Amino acid sequence: MTQARYLLRNQEIEDIDQFEVYRAHGGYDALKKALAEFEPEAVVDLVKRSGLRGRGGAGFPTGVKWGFLPKDGRPRYLVVNSDEAEPGTFKDRELIERNPHQLIEGMIISSFAIQARQAYIYCRGEFLRGYEQLSRAVQEAYAAGFLGDNILDSGFALDIFVYRGAGAYICGEESALLESLEGRRGNPRLKPPFPAVAGLYGMPTIVNNVETIANVPPIVTLGAEWYTSMGTEKSPGLKIMSVSGKVNRPGNYEIPLATPLRALIDDYAGGMQPGRSVKCVIPGGSSVPLLMPDQLDTPLDYESVLQAGSMLGSGGCIVLDDTVCIVKASHRLVKFYREESCGKCTPCREGTYWMADVLERVEAGMGDEGDLAILMDVADNINGKCFCPLGDASIGFLVSAIRHFRDEFEAHVREHSCPMGEKVYDTANY
Amino acid sequence: MKPEWREWAAEARTEFPQAHSALLPLLHRVQRAEGWLSGETLADIAELLDLSPQYVQSVASFYSLYFKEPVGKKVVHVCMGLSCMLAGSDELMHQLEEKLGVSQGQTTADGEYTLLEGECLAACDLAPVAQVNLRYHGPVPPEKADTLLREEVSP
Repeated sequence: MTQARYLLRNQEIEDIDQFEVYRAHGGYDALKKALAEFEPEAVVDLVKRSGLRGRGGAGFPTGVKWGFLPKDGRPRYLVVNSDEAEPGTFKDRELIERNPHQLIEGMIISSFAIQARQAYIYCRGEFLRGYEQLSRAVQEAYAAGFLGDNILDSGFALDIFVYRGAGAYICGEESALLESLEGRRGNPRLKPPFPAVAGLYGMPTIVNNVETIANVPPIVTLGAEWYTSMGTEKSPGLKIMSVSGKVNRPGNYEIPLATPLRALIDDYAGGMQPGRSVKCVIPGGSSVPLLMPDQLDTPLDYESVLQAGSMLGSGGCIVLDDTVCIVKASHRLVKFYREESCGKCTPCREGTYWMADVLERVEAGMGDEGDLAILMDVADNINGKCFCPLGDASIGFLVSAIRHFRDEFEAHVREHSCPMGEKVYDTANY
Repeated sequence: MKPEWREWAAEARTEFPQAHSALLPLLHRVQRAEGWLSGETLADIAELLDLSPQYVQSVASFYSLYFKEPVGKKVVHVCMGLSCMLAGSDELMHQLEEKLGVSQGQTTADGEYTLLEGECLAACDLAPVAQVNLRYHGPVPPEKADTLLREEVSP
């Protein structure tokens, strides 16, 4: 697909991670415009009117979130969540490695909008390259006068700090992220109070995803109407979908929301690998229920995917083909949540452990008749009963897999083996 | 305690507006120099930041990238996420175990390699993907396990 990019501009413009190249292609012009032509509240209003929603997974309207900050004179912080670790999702990595200045420009405009004097990027520990790129880009922005005191003679001042995590999926949960940023274990906090009221160092804080903030410069440049001209009324604008699995061209694709799932797979990602057909698709990161082949015409917007029984989430789209064992796939995902459970609350800590244990024995052909019931019972005892969303995330795929592929689970138990055979890897692909 | 740690601690305290945020950056910096974080090192870091050794121990133990035992010169993380599994990461891990003569989680006797399972490395477009000292390599099909092990690394 050759349509223009507004977020993944690195896919069109070589070396746009370099300051000069970014500037030469209009970079930081949105910042100049915002500071010269807008009052802070007008930027908040613009983002509200654009209908931009949080791209980390929850899809909450960004401008509305900004509006939750209490007007009580306390310092406010913007924190950008770059702790991307949801299996199947890899858009923020590309943005920070290949187009870091767009995020920084977006952060400066967003901080101006919410009147924050300090902003933070919490960068996943494994993203060493991304951390280096962000650190360099921040220095370049200081050198150009886009950060620091009296930015572009506007009187607005901002410092940006880049902070590296150290390996913990849970720190993608905003309150755990704040704990980690304060030098503690990444355990989630009790809500309320929400970060907008008591966040970083106890101060009002907005936590936004990388992709969300990267949308802000083009919205300032092109206007709210441009953004709402794409997608649907409730889900306007652009979304980056990360496509992986058994497709010909895995990668990040920037789509207008409401693009059908089938078009994403066939037109953008080059279709299924030769001789393969879709068994099921995880449309929004490993935390969401699967979609079946007869649902491939589902438009990829928040409402339509929800109506189809899943969630658009982070946009991490994993395509499973007809050779994949659903039990093995379920086991792999549940094992991830077991490893990443922070251990703070019992249903998540114990539940993910037992689900992984039962799935492992079912996949190995050592399961028995009662195992499916055990899985459903444990999932039921996690559902809605955990301290933070990680627990619920661990059962989304599994419960939908049991519902749609019960025969395959039962065959594992009945035949004491994997009916798909062990082989999921085919050297012919390389 | 190495003399330069005192300096690093002072820098870490001022790098962020609140000194509380100094702990993770300092742990990163010391580990980069030392390779791993011993109990003694953690106690030194606690002293430098006016924290209790127990507190520093509990924080360091929470995060998977802080190594609490010695690791090889090359730390290899093989992504075990679902997308990598679909592309053959289990077989890649198996090949690496065979070639290095260790199981995942272990370090080779000559101290050259540590082989670890990585949770989704957010690079599913490069599946099966691995990191050597946190630098991405991918796709690494199982039959290219040798090439991965020969990758040059910068410290």
